[in-house]
Amino acid sequence: MSWVPEQPDRVWRSAEPKRRYQVVIVGGGGHGLATAYYLARNHGITDVAVLERGWLAGGNMARNTTIIRSNYLWEASAGIYEHALKLWESLEAELGYPILFSQRGVLNLAHSPQEVRDGMRRVQANLLAGVDAQWLDPMEVAEVCPIVNVSPQLRYPVLGATYQPRGGIAKHDYVAWGFARAASDLGVDIIEHCEVTGFDRRDGRVIGVRTTRGEIGAQTVALSAAGHTSVLADMVGLRVPLQSHALQALVSDLLLPVHPTVVMSNAVHVYVSQAHKGELVMGAGIDAHNSYSQRGAVHVIERQLAAAVELFPVFARAHVLRTWGGIVDVSPDASPIVGLTGIEGLMINCGWGTGGFKATPGIGWCYAHTIAHGQPHPLNAPFTLDRFTTGALVDEHGAAAVAH
Amino acid sequence: MSQPFRHPDRGRVDRTRPLTFRFGDRTMTGFAGDTLASALLANGVHEVARSVNLGRPRGIVTAGVEEPSAVVQIEAPFPEPMLTATTVEVYDGLVAHPLRGQGWLAPEPDSARYDAVWAHCEVLVVGAGAAGIAAAADAAASTGDRVILVDERPPRPSEVPAGVRLLTRTTVVGYYDDNFLVAVQRRTNHLGAAAPLEQARERLWRIRAGRVVLATGAHERLIPFPDNDRPGIMLAGAALAYLRDYGVLVGRRALVYTNNDTAYRVADELRGAGVDVVVADTRADAPAADLPGARLSGVLGDRRVTGVRVAGRQLDVDAVLVTGGFSPVLHLYSQAGGRLRYDDGLGALLPDGCRQRVEVVGAAAGVGLPRCGPPPMPEPSDADGRTFVDLQRDVTIAEVRRATGAGLRSVEHVKRYTTAGTAHDQGKTSGLLTSATVAAALGSSAAEVGVTTFRPPYVPVSFATLAGRDRDDLFDAARLTPIHDWHLARGAPFENVGQWKRAWYYPRDGEDMAAAVTRECRAARTGVAMMDASTLGKIDVQGPDAGEFLDRLYTNVMSTLAIGAVRYGVMCRLDGMVFDDGTVARLTADRFLVTTTTGNAAAVLDWMEEWLQTEWPHLRVWCTSVTEQWATVALVGPGARGVLARVAPDLAVDVESFPFMRWRDATVAGLPARVFRISFSGELAYEINVATWHGYALWQALMTAGADAGITPYGTETMHVLRAEKGYPIVGQDTDGTVTPDDLGLGWAIRKSTKDFVGRRSLSRPDTARSDRKHLVGLLPDDPTLLLVEGAHIVGHTPLGPPPVPYLGHVTSSYPSVALGRTFALALVTSGRQRIGERLYATVNGTLIPVEVTSHVLYDPEGARRDG
Repeated sequence: MSWVPEQPDRVWRSAEPKRRYQVVIVGGGGHGLATAYYLARNHGITDVAVLERGWLAGGNMARNTTIIRSNYLWEASAGIYEHALKLWESLEAELGYPILFSQRGVLNLAHSPQEVRDGMRRVQANLLAGVDAQWLDPMEVAEVCPIVNVSPQLRYPVLGATYQPRGGIAKHDYVAWGFARAASDLGVDIIEHCEVTGFDRRDGRVIGVRTTRGEIGAQTVALSAAGHTSVLADMVGLRVPLQSHALQALVSDLLLPVHPTVVMSNAVHVYVSQAHKGELVMGAGIDAHNSYSQRGAVHVIERQLAAAVELFPVFARAHVLRTWGGIVDVSPDASPIVGLTGIEGLMINCGWGTGGFKATPGIGWCYAHTIAHGQPHPLNAPFTLDRFTTGALVDEHGAAAVAH
Repeated sequence: MSQPFRHPDRGRVDRTRPLTFRFGDRTMTGFAGDTLASALLANGVHEVARSVNLGRPRGIVTAGVEEPSAVVQIEAPFPEPMLTATTVEVYDGLVAHPLRGQGWLAPEPDSARYDAVWAHCEVLVVGAGAAGIAAAADAAASTGDRVILVDERPPRPSEVPAGVRLLTRTTVVGYYDDNFLVAVQRRTNHLGAAAPLEQARERLWRIRAGRVVLATGAHERLIPFPDNDRPGIMLAGAALAYLRDYGVLVGRRALVYTNNDTAYRVADELRGAGVDVVVADTRADAPAADLPGARLSGVLGDRRVTGVRVAGRQLDVDAVLVTGGFSPVLHLYSQAGGRLRYDDGLGALLPDGCRQRVEVVGAAAGVGLPRCGPPPMPEPSDADGRTFVDLQRDVTIAEVRRATGAGLRSVEHVKRYTTAGTAHDQGKTSGLLTSATVAAALGSSAAEVGVTTFRPPYVPVSFATLAGRDRDDLFDAARLTPIHDWHLARGAPFENVGQWKRAWYYPRDGEDMAAAVTRECRAARTGVAMMDASTLGKIDVQGPDAGEFLDRLYTNVMSTLAIGAVRYGVMCRLDGMVFDDGTVARLTADRFLVTTTTGNAAAVLDWMEEWLQTEWPHLRVWCTSVTEQWATVALVGPGARGVLARVAPDLAVDVESFPFMRWRDATVAGLPARVFRISFSGELAYEINVATWHGYALWQALMTAGADAGITPYGTETMHVLRAEKGYPIVGQDTDGTVTPDDLGLGWAIRKSTKDFVGRRSLSRPDTARSDRKHLVGLLPDDPTLLLVEGAHIVGHTPLGPPPVPYLGHVTSSYPSVALGRTFALALVTSGRQRIGERLYATVNGTLIPVEVTSHVLYDPEGARRDG
């Protein structure tokens, strides 16, 4: 029987905006909510408002494919994602909310000699960084996930895979609601349908925001609005190097358990897991053009399903029930931008591309630290905005050869 | 008695063609033209499924795609999960099974074929009801335009207007930008096991339409009441459809429960077919009702309705036929970007303007729909937990109220909290009911609450249909060189390089890969060898500004190249990191031939076009891919000159006449050719280019000409070894997007002049200009027989200690070398050039292997072998 947990009788408290707060977080997604929670929990800062222009956590938090892993290539990336994964491992108890965190393992398939080299490289880097990682040959891949087609006859045969057993999935909405309720319980104001339309500044310093629900003063304004962060930053003359694209995902009808883990493939481009209810949850490549529209083109879906059937022949007669789009905000080096902006009173968190969901507790923890101390947490210190000026990039798209 | 609920003469099924099928453990008969649902009902079967969470018996609610309840598993002729019994056409040998919310997939591969076609038309009409047929006829008659009419049902004996192309059993599932619509045509499903294998089972139609007419009709809505999910409870319109279309009576004695006037037509027609009907109307002012102002307060029966409590009375009935009004089907309109407005009179959404060229007609526009307002909501009661809003998700009024009680206000949140609207029907019959329940709970209005977003596909579509023909060998094009068959005949295994199939090595009898590569390497270094290099990307760059253009893209200057000369070049991305490398040859004053790596050919052309089209449109430059126009054979080794002289007697091949980094037009083996004196191995080498269709002939001529010199064909693995011995990097293997030209030891290829090029500014950034970046170096394991694993990491100390362990770099390439008489590797190592001679350690899974750092050029560092 398909299973969803009993939902709690109480979620977050909807607040009316006050005239001013110590911290105003712009963006009520997973990151904004987690940041608010850790500001209150770790730093005792509860005079906090989270402003959301639509319904809470209705952007990328409601649209991602819920994959969690920390096996990124570079030390800086593995550092923050592994911190997140450790937090994920106790988050359900921490929040007192059933978030359906399931460590069912994540496979990243390799289909060419170069992908084998890249995978082996990433496994070695992960082991040195203290991230669990294994290299599996095709037979071992089939043991972990028997429905993957490991036939050498495949157009791009599976030559092996990296495997992170501690990776997995969680239910995105519940994570957001768990953070929202816990933050709300600690005194944070969660304000929906409140769009930021401008910033108030004095002597160059940001001292508050103008919103569709009035002006709200703040000692610190912390942006956390994914692709729209660059739109917001524009209002204070700050240029942020983000490109936003639609990334589509889809779900199938409900099926008896058939897929025990999470499989990702870049060459045969698809990633897929089976959620608790029984639906297959899938994604693939981004729509190439820049867009803030949460919809994409059908040829991307067609290609994604060709990849799915190629790798998982048993999926042939599963059905697509629903497709949708989220907006990935991609920085020039495919790593996030977190920290100070050079403008007093304004902090920034964006550029997570396809990694935002899995980072949620980790970035919440670190961004809260950054806001509380006015200085980056060591784990987000490498992800400054000025790295694009200094050249100290954390380039994950070339190196990891793994999107998402 | 067979089919006891079949009316003797109503309906359009073909009674001359009885069909046998099995449902669960019962074998039954139906007629050609039946759906599984109509055939089951004809046999008196209402209970067809169990509900997903509560396990309650569930029946058939509708007669179409909006079915929220009757979800079944097909078992034969081929398993398919989660189909609605209302849309499965019955055929001989059909085996289906009731489901409880989850289906199952066949373990064996689906042997059916799927395909896709494109269609273009001036007018696309969706829905062949009266309004759709009229619109199609209109469009065809008035202009002579191409008109396509799409209908989800099987062919009907209705009139197809002249000049209209009718697609039946075809459902438009997605409406995208620029009037691009996607439809699924079910071509052979209804034939069962008799479906011809060579015919596509389903076909995806990709339709581009000048304008679109949506005649998609309306879906009837339920009214919530306690136990409104019992088998035998269905929509009134569905009961009528079963009678009219299939000659099936859904019961003998029915209660019609309504809030609108359509119920009376249904009641009359059912009575005419012999059904006992009582009409209960929720409206007090309903003179034709048997029970005006009535509330249905209870349902008797568990696996089938046996009675109802209504208006304070108990009635024995075997069917409850409900109509709570109608919702125009605006899924496609909404997908197209159409706005919707809530209409209080209909209790439903209506079209309210769209940026695309689309119009909505008929019931989809609200035409002819009864005015009734939203379905009446029951007062909160103990029965809320048995009063269903979304049958498929088992969501009750109590559950929706619990969501709002928990503090949720948005219908999107309620959907996610309750899962209402997330099932295979995506809330077709329940969406507005959910909104109305939320509105009632919040003291708001359905107009204010709104509905969740409509997303494609309109109905579920199988993965295989969307995958189409892109499966197995056709998943991705395999690009083959003109010499491919020769490699194949020689028993070469192939390596996928992008879409290309490249010969990897040529094993002789009994040889493994290592032995073959050793032999091939030795031939290239000491004799003569040849390789099919046709996959190399080639771009013809022409125009008066071609030199200027290439100067801007390459780190070194190309405009000064003499005609007849060739130069190695590196391209960077904006961040100053190596993007691709290759050669540039000047053919004439305004024409260059650029080569790229095999894998990056398309990316480099895209890169050129992006700059030309978006940043430098004033440059008069035109780029054309000529990769597939040329076959290229690399002739390599000290014996190469002799072989070339033999096949190109008119070409002066001596070093003075044909020096390194020059190209010459020549006749080679009687074929017009362009010969480049370039080398990716450090040996004397020529790359001979001929027209693709001459490639095979060239290859054979060279094999013949070199036979007595022992000419040896070699594959990509040997190429990799030879280039690595010389320290030539492979973009994508020894680089990863974080490597500058200088990091690779290619600082000499960066121009000294101040003239700008793409990436130049980035190279001067403080971090990019550091001297302690990672450099490409050579590594020699202490044990000369030990082969390092590519991807192994480099540390400077032993033991490793606990993580996080800082590391210095990683191994990018690693090979045994016959020329060096040992194994070696290339690696990117922090401050690598400053560490030459140092002892470091390569680590794989925790083991440590001592290595010595060397120059990345391990073979012939003086370049003495270049001229043979």
